[in-house]
Amino acid sequence: MHELSICRAITKLVECHADGSTVRIVRLRVGELRQIVPDTLAYCWGLVTEGSDLESAALEIERVPAAIRCAGCRHVHTLTEPILVCPECQGRDVEIVSGEEFLITSLDLMEV
Amino acid sequence: MGRFHRHDESEHGHGHGPDAPVGDHSGYATGTDRIEILERIFDENDHTADANRRDFDQADVLAVNLMSSPGAGKTALLRETLLRLRDRLRVGIIEGDIETSIDADRLTGLGAEIALLNTANGFGGECHLDAPMVRSALSRLPLSNLDLVIVENVGNLVCPAEFHVGEHNRAMVYAITEGEEKPLKYPVMFRSVDLVLVNKVDLLPHLEFSIEDFYRNLRNVNPRVEVIETSARNGAGLDLWCSWLTARHAELAAARARPASAARISPSVSPHG
Ligand SMILES: Nc1nc2c(ncn2[C@@H]2O[C@H](COP(=O)(O)OP(=O)(O)OP(=O)(O)O)[C@@H](O)[C@H]2O)c(=O)[nH]1
Ligand SMILES: [Mg+2]
Ligand SMILES: [Zn+2]
Repeated sequence: MHELSICRAITKLVECHADGSTVRIVRLRVGELRQIVPDTLAYCWGLVTEGSDLESAALEIERVPAAIRCAGCRHVHTLTEPILVCPECQGRDVEIVSGEEFLITSLDLMEV
Repeated sequence: MGRFHRHDESEHGHGHGPDAPVGDHSGYATGTDRIEILERIFDENDHTADANRRDFDQADVLAVNLMSSPGAGKTALLRETLLRLRDRLRVGIIEGDIETSIDADRLTGLGAEIALLNTANGFGGECHLDAPMVRSALSRLPLSNLDLVIVENVGNLVCPAEFHVGEHNRAMVYAITEGEEKPLKYPVMFRSVDLVLVNKVDLLPHLEFSIEDFYRNLRNVNPRVEVIETSARNGAGLDLWCSWLTARHAELAAARARPASAARISPSVSPHG
């Protein structure tokens, strides 16, 4: 359950950016190659923020599909399973072009 | 930079998935302000990992993060490793254990410096070591008198892969009792490592285990990974593993001896770029 410590890290970043304002929504972008389970993350977010200034802040999670680009034939392929092989030429020299993201993208703050 | 090239939005500012909302077209409740951030959630951990890495580098210490599922044989292999390395390298062990000192006790008396890290804190304990935890253990190791620090991470195939602790290399122990499909189920772990120790090979004759299937799955998620077959029971492969460690340490020392390129050698295995 690393989601718990991840939520603690998120609260720190959010508090720093919110700078005292009330936070309505925290938006995350999570690549599908990350072993982060959105439901678990949301559950842990509830635990970690309970009774704090962030209690009323909801998490919105945007998932990013995993994609690879083949160095041999330049083919770009969206993964449906974690097999890092080019489906066009069977090349194994592939570069991950998306799917490893794990970011806070934006916050909605109450206007004062 | 990890084994695979990464494109991180915090640097490139693109990378929305096809379905990602672009702009705010939600008829959004008034009275709120949206602020854009684009900050990597692992930044704080990674900054501490960098600090750990600098401490290792300054002391000419090779740091290896050793991971596995519970019971794959990390501690058993480390015992054998310490017996074989004691005349060659001065070793420190950071022992991650949720509650007990059992594994740390198993490694004492073999000439290594041991720092125990219990991860229990409230909710049943962390399932991984992170960079700040390793940092706290570093203060209890005499780094300047060591050549090699091995971090025995908490037994878990998911969480440790996400946390860079400042290591130069990542290795994992995979036991053949775990089944051939593990790389496909835990690709993040299997592709974050430089080396897989395929352990418990003494049990091969007794198992219906296809090592070829395992290797095929492994190559599918990590084509460049190195592999050593080992047994902590009968000693198979342990000399190769010790040579691997000694060679990594020698590479590190050689790179430091070259003026400008000091310190940054062999693939840094940060999972977060
Ligand atoms: N047959 C056989 N048994 C092994 C081998 N390596 C370890 N074991 C056994 O596997 C069990 C678990 O080994 P440990 O070394 O405690 O495994 P670990 O990865 O340190 O476990 P955790 O720290 O709890 O995650 C012990 O009973 C070991 O004796 C091996 O190569 N062959
Ligand atoms: Mg152990
Ligand atoms: Zn191709």
